[in-house]
Amino acid sequence: MAYLGRRGLLLLLLLGAAIALPPYFGVYHTRFATQIAIYGMAALSVDLLLGYTGLITFGQAALFGVGAYAAGMLTVYGVTNAFVAWPLAILVSMLFALAIGSLSLRTRGFQFIMVTLAFAQMVYYFAQSLRNWGGDDGFTVPQRNHLGFVSLADHTTFYYVVLALLVLVVLLSQRIVKSEFGMVIRGIRDNERRAAAVGFPPYPYKLVVFVIAGGIAGLAGALMANHAKFVSPAGLSWQLSGELLAMVILGSANSLIGPILGAAFFLAFRDVLSDFTEHWMLFFGPLLVARVLLMKEGIWGLLVRATGAEGKPAPPKVDFPVASGAVAKSNPGAGR
Amino acid sequence: MTLALLVEQLFNGLQFGMMLFLMAVGVTLVFGIMRVINLAHGSLFMIGGYFLMAALAWTQSYALAVPLAFIAAALVAVVLEIIVLRPLYRRGPLDQVLATFGLTLFFNEAVTVIWGRESIPLSIPPFLTGSVEIIPGGAYPIYRLVITGVAIVAGLLLYLLITRTRVGALIRAGSDNREIVAALGININLLYTLVFALSAMLAALAGIMMGPLLSVEPGAGDPILILALVVVVIGGIGSVRGALVGALMVGIFDTLSRVLIPLVIQTNATSALVGMAVYVLMAVVLLFSRTGLFAAHRG
Repeated sequence: MAYLGRRGLLLLLLLGAAIALPPYFGVYHTRFATQIAIYGMAALSVDLLLGYTGLITFGQAALFGVGAYAAGMLTVYGVTNAFVAWPLAILVSMLFALAIGSLSLRTRGFQFIMVTLAFAQMVYYFAQSLRNWGGDDGFTVPQRNHLGFVSLADHTTFYYVVLALLVLVVLLSQRIVKSEFGMVIRGIRDNERRAAAVGFPPYPYKLVVFVIAGGIAGLAGALMANHAKFVSPAGLSWQLSGELLAMVILGSANSLIGPILGAAFFLAFRDVLSDFTEHWMLFFGPLLVARVLLMKEGIWGLLVRATGAEGKPAPPKVDFPVASGAVAKSNPGAGR
Repeated sequence: MTLALLVEQLFNGLQFGMMLFLMAVGVTLVFGIMRVINLAHGSLFMIGGYFLMAALAWTQSYALAVPLAFIAAALVAVVLEIIVLRPLYRRGPLDQVLATFGLTLFFNEAVTVIWGRESIPLSIPPFLTGSVEIIPGGAYPIYRLVITGVAIVAGLLLYLLITRTRVGALIRAGSDNREIVAALGININLLYTLVFALSAMLAALAGIMMGPLLSVEPGAGDPILILALVVVVIGGIGSVRGALVGALMVGIFDTLSRVLIPLVIQTNATSALVGMAVYVLMAVVLLFSRTGLFAAHRG
């Protein structure tokens, strides 16, 4: 156990719980855990941008929704094999990410937030105007995709597939973050000008991360279309983009586990409060404000500190051109 | 398409553009002075409409209800500034975005709790109904003309406030260098509250006036907020002039594309193209200038 370290032990414990608990508690909880895994994957894609690249994107829901629409439409057209439908959904989302990213990454700072939000809204209106696909109401997906001989109609089977994919995405992201490429993007996040000066032009690197994150969000969207068997423009709304950011921050940015825990917290919060009131947002809004104003770290950060494990995630540093004047100072007292 | 229709649509575009200006100028002022991006700005628009509706039900008189709604919205803004915004000035952009997003969620739900989820229609004040002939054969609703007029007057007053008064001088100084302004012994907290209340009042004014045209419903401010952000991106963040030019561009472009595109292209994709037109305009502007047309701040 000493070899694993406390952090490894904590992660194993979480994974073990994710594998064992939901099916034990029955269908409702299995479906609930599936939802957590899907939103966790989407939140993870946001954190690749936010935590590791310093880009505050307010439009990730659009890429999530595009993946959902792609997978849903393919199923309606009779492409039911997941090995075909899901990679195609990922590809379509990556293409959208390439288009949105290549334009919005021309801007920085506050503008980047607004531009990603605006382009996501554009995709939202586009989905809303697809009258053959239900317009504002969306459409039902007739059945889940299948993995060749394995049907995904069973909730438990589907949950394990989603969980396996989530673990895969985490491992893949881990590889990316730890690689030389990952070092470059963190270098760009910490000081764009310096990174450029030593031969790493920021734009192409940021675009690659944006497209990868778009692909992950697209996969999450495709899984959501399978999970809910329903796709609608609500899955591309700016609220969802904001909620994904909120999940990352609640869970701890700058870590790969934090966003998943954040998604779990968000969904559990909604689930528990929905039993008492339909107006749970009335409590979530202020909770988000309180988290931002009063707390310094998210759930994963708190867990790591409480257990004395190593590798506490640092608070996110975001891409803001400090030298240029149009900046909110994140560190009071540092003069211009 | 007749000339009368074209003129009518141009007036519609002007009206929509001036309404967007009232929204965008608030976003750009709050950013320019306080360096805060306020995603709760759409809520203030929405609250304006709800307060008007509530005040009307209470007083039965537009002459009383409009000022009441206006004052109530300003009070909400002052409370908001003191409780939530003030701690945010020294925070990073991520905290600002999330906290003001949290406020939007709260306000959207709060109006649902108080007034219900259904949209509430408001009628145009009786003394402003009817229409006038702006060109031969083209009747135009008086109410829309009044909206345009009020928005222009509000814009002019804002211009005079910023360029001709002491408060305006402080606002300009604060947007250039707030440390120096604070160091000169100016009560910067008071100035911030004032600027936030001012921007909120402009948003509420837009919400009050648009109430009878759109309907009053939860989340009504969200699409307007996003359009206002598009205006700010096009005009250049922090620039009041940019907000005006951007708002008129977006307003007229959006209105005309809704009329012209269906005339030219008639396929299933028409409505999609219409909805996306404004964002294409933004993309084109971004291709030519990364910081918008009138960038007040580099970055």
